Amino acid sequence: MVKLKEPVHITFEELDDVVYLLKKVADYDLSGYSKSSLKRRVQRLMAMESMDLIDLKNAILNVNGFFGYFIQEITVNVTEMFRDPPFYQELRNAVFPYLQTYPQLRVWSAGCATGEEAYSLSILLQEEKLLNRSFIYGTDISQQAINTAKKGVYTVEKIKSYTENYNRVGMNSKFSDHYTAMYDAVIINNEYRNSILFSNHNLVSDNVFNEFQLICCRNVLIYFDKELQQRVLNVFYESLSLFGFLCLGTKESLYRQEMNANFKVINKSLNIYQKIK
Amino acid sequence: MAQAEDIILIGGSAGSYGVIVNMLESIPAKISSAIIVIIHRNAKYPTQMEKSLTLKLKRPILSAEDKVTIEGNNIYFASPGYHLLVEPDHTFSLDISDPVNFSRPSIDVLFESAAEVYTTRCTALLLSGANNDGAYGIKRVEFFGGTSIIQDPNDALINTMPNSAITTSSKANVLKNKEIINYFCSIK
Ligand SMILES: C[S@@+](CC[C@H](N)C(=O)[O-])C[C@H]1O[C@@H](n2cnc3c(N)ncnc32)[C@H](O)[C@@H]1O
Repeated sequence: MVKLKEPVHITFEELDDVVYLLKKVADYDLSGYSKSSLKRRVQRLMAMESMDLIDLKNAILNVNGFFGYFIQEITVNVTEMFRDPPFYQELRNAVFPYLQTYPQLRVWSAGCATGEEAYSLSILLQEEKLLNRSFIYGTDISQQAINTAKKGVYTVEKIKSYTENYNRVGMNSKFSDHYTAMYDAVIINNEYRNSILFSNHNLVSDNVFNEFQLICCRNVLIYFDKELQQRVLNVFYESLSLFGFLCLGTKESLYRQEMNANFKVINKSLNIYQKIK
Repeated sequence: MAQAEDIILIGGSAGSYGVIVNMLESIPAKISSAIIVIIHRNAKYPTQMEKSLTLKLKRPILSAEDKVTIEGNNIYFASPGYHLLVEPDHTFSLDISDPVNFSRPSIDVLFESAAEVYTTRCTALLLSGANNDGAYGIKRVEFFGGTSIIQDPNDALINTMPNSAITTSSKANVLKNKEIINYFCSIK
């Protein structure tokens, strides 16, 4: 873990200046992000680098490669395999029986961070004998996270906590059947790594790139304001085949969204929805 | 109810639940402030805290939901597993970044972000607990001109958290449980 130096504080106006600058020089639009958490992340980065606001703006303007680093550090990539075990149970019980009827399945893990969610989905699909007709796309705005995802290598320490989640899902196989232990890390088995394409995709500005039967976008919308949430939900709506499924995080509901008339609720507390028109 | 002009934050950890219930029991039937409660609890084992308190207090105890406007007369609880922040437009937002002081939600994170948005109209109370969460948050509340109250360590079941906040605070009111309850009887 990175040890933080003295806390740095900026105002919301100063945050707006930084957002404006990023839009101008890098064409990255962070104006729809939740301001308080974005501010926290920017302050954290400034503290880590011992930067004041002038240093930060200067780096954005003049330092090669700083921008990628900025995105890497302000995004929150915290994730787990089989995060929220009840969600994966419900996916298997309420959604997969329906997916059985498709000859081919395309699955999108949007905002997949370092890949854990996409790998979890592929393991669950395998368990239900669906993996051989599935293809999974894992996308994220952070290139650094995508690079980690592609490797499919996780520390033994992380695997320990993922195993707890996995065991709570109640699978037929052992978690260790799905990876190969190396020295102080494990690598997810080839069959899973080959079933996923990880790539960079920005939900703020990029558009529909395929048609999916299942989209998981969990713990990403909380970082967006209402308008941006709506934009992104619209991208998901357009990317889903009719009767396809949309899964959001446990604190991300369609309930207050305009979009909700187009979806049927499959599970209210786990936020699983099906496109019905 | 309309958007709240004033907010009262309550942060507690181990040993704080009982006094929080007493506090909430003593508030007037209608208030114009919003109350936001954050208690450390384990996200892996869901509790029915909001539900059982709703029954007990005969008034709705809400979960603080993402992007919902903070309204007067409402009592919100921070959901386990997520940091809770306040946005400049007086809505909540959630965040799942790393724990702070081993806690998610962290009292520091909520107090700091609410303090900046509500400035002088923010009151923060820090109660019993076995860690140092909240001390920095109390400092930030004071920095932005808000009111800070810390439970008297002698009245706290576990006094680590109040003690640590008293050490770093510049002007907190250190109150006995009875005084805290009196304060809640008269909030507007
Ligand atoms: C907290 S992680 C969620 C990981 C995983 N879905 C889960 O629930 O465990 C949020 C992810 O959203 C990504 N993200 C943020 N803004 C994005 C954007 N505009 N487009 C795509 N991904 C974005 C971040 O880089 C981060 O990896």
